[in-house]
Amino acid sequence: MTLEASIRLALGPLDLEMELTIDEDEVVALLGPNGAGKTTLLRAIAGLVPFRSGHVVLDGKVLEDTATRQYIPTERRPIGFVFQDYLLFPHLSVLDNVAFGLRARGTPRRAAADKAVEWLDRVGLKGYARAKPSELSGGQRQRVALARALAPDPRLLLLDEPLSALDVTTRAEVRRDLKHHLGSFQGIRLLVTHDPLEAVALADRLIVMEGGRLMQTGTSAEVTERPRSQYVADLVGVNLVRGAADHGSVRLTGGTAIAVAGAESGEVFAVIHPRAVALYRRRPEGSPRNVWPGRATNIELMGNRVRVRIDGEVPMVAEVTPAALKDLELIEGGEVWLSFKATDVMVYPA
Amino acid sequence: MRRERVPIVVLVPAAIGAAFFILPLLGLIVRSPWRDAITALTAPETVEALKLSLFASLSATALGLVLGVPLAWMYARVEFPGRDLLRALTTLPMVLPPVVGGIALLLAFGRRGLFGSWLDSTFGITLPFTTAGVVMAETFVAMPFLILTVEAGLRTMDRRYEEAARALGASRWRVFTRVTLPLIGPSLFAGAVLCWARALGEFGATITFAGNFPGVTQTMPLAVYLLLETNQNASFILSLVLLLISLVVLVGLRDRWLGSA
Repeated sequence: MTLEASIRLALGPLDLEMELTIDEDEVVALLGPNGAGKTTLLRAIAGLVPFRSGHVVLDGKVLEDTATRQYIPTERRPIGFVFQDYLLFPHLSVLDNVAFGLRARGTPRRAAADKAVEWLDRVGLKGYARAKPSELSGGQRQRVALARALAPDPRLLLLDEPLSALDVTTRAEVRRDLKHHLGSFQGIRLLVTHDPLEAVALADRLIVMEGGRLMQTGTSAEVTERPRSQYVADLVGVNLVRGAADHGSVRLTGGTAIAVAGAESGEVFAVIHPRAVALYRRRPEGSPRNVWPGRATNIELMGNRVRVRIDGEVPMVAEVTPAALKDLELIEGGEVWLSFKATDVMVYPA
Repeated sequence: MRRERVPIVVLVPAAIGAAFFILPLLGLIVRSPWRDAITALTAPETVEALKLSLFASLSATALGLVLGVPLAWMYARVEFPGRDLLRALTTLPMVLPPVVGGIALLLAFGRRGLFGSWLDSTFGITLPFTTAGVVMAETFVAMPFLILTVEAGLRTMDRRYEEAARALGASRWRVFTRVTLPLIGPSLFAGAVLCWARALGEFGATITFAGNFPGVTQTMPLAVYLLLETNQNASFILSLVLLLISLVVLVGLRDRWLGSA
């Protein structure tokens, strides 16, 4: 089974153009900053947002295609949708919430109730059938939302920020259970998140979106090792630059060239880990080929390390020990020299 | 806590204003011939008026729900040309003198009215001076309260619940009956009660369009007014009954109108 979607739409400031193919054997997470269009894309796949052109095809069946003017309304798509704040019907009991989709799709009352009870049991909420959603904790509501979406046996499960409404302590536990249910679900699984930890923990493959466009896709290891956007680089906490490589150097768009090891050519990304960036009070002498002066704009303690953001020809983040910072006598706004070795730059094609 | 002193220029008119409402109620309660209550209430014409009033006002409310909820839904959910104008027209009876409403109904649905003559000649239906006419007059005056209240409810409800229901496979009708209506329940209830109370107290449009025939079109307010000439005690007692009903309505809606916020 495969979901194939190609969607172009404009909604307010968002100009979205995305293509994606998702297989049954993978859990896919759409990752991106707020306003990237992740939720809109999810809603468009569900048929809740009209799009200008494109198509959504689930397992060979056309759900929507602007070219042939086919449109199957949301209520007749085989989807399960877990909404960001769950949207459990406040006037219905937990049982009736879970049975809602079954009843709507024609299951007789008795059978729907039985199946709903079964699902409540499966998500660990056996005794809560009669309760109203308002009487549940955040984690319990999330489970009800999941049970409600799964009970009608959808082919396509869409989850919009499934854990963002939870506090940190319950999040880990609910995430573990969610991973379990995602694992046993037979069908296409697509979730939206802005939390990289959530994406890495739940998904086999990440699709990174920014400004309505696909930036990068791959396993979490592939994405984090070779960031292809500032957003991912910031998430991973590395310095990312882009430029044209030519025999041992990369010329950045600003004109600066950095020395690198290796012989790539053409458009490349270059990653420099903050730990590889050394700081000096005066211009250092020695083997490092990349040396620039700069100004420390932000100094932040992170665990047993200090992250120093430096503005200069090429903005960089350096990571040093608190002791080193003390020796440098560096304060925010202070002048500093930075350097890194050509061999510490990882280069890969853009 | 230190209380702020209320300026005298506020306190005096405020007190007079309050007395202005309290004294008439006090008069009605104190001066009513309580001993005659049973006889007045069980008199055939009283019972008839009471029955007719209940029937007509409940019918008007039912009609208001059947016609007014779809109208409110159109106002809240559908963008169509002339929507604001139409809303203004359907709100007009709230500010229109009821007698004028009655005359307008007469000119439209009277025996020689714009549509009335056609109704009469084609179907043999006459509306004025019938119980159906009473229901029409009451609906005309009372339905706007329901429309406006329900529209406000529809506008403030979180529409994402409707999307959630659709994503679960619910048809539009199912979404409306199982999700939308329950979620706007408080507005629906308040609108219906306001509509009913207004219909119950309707006088001007009813007497103009439906006349004043005991047992057919003579509702409680009409009876109260006419009994003032023939049987004052009965008139007072019926007034008390209407006051009581109003009080019950007010208490029923207190969360909405008198809520401690």
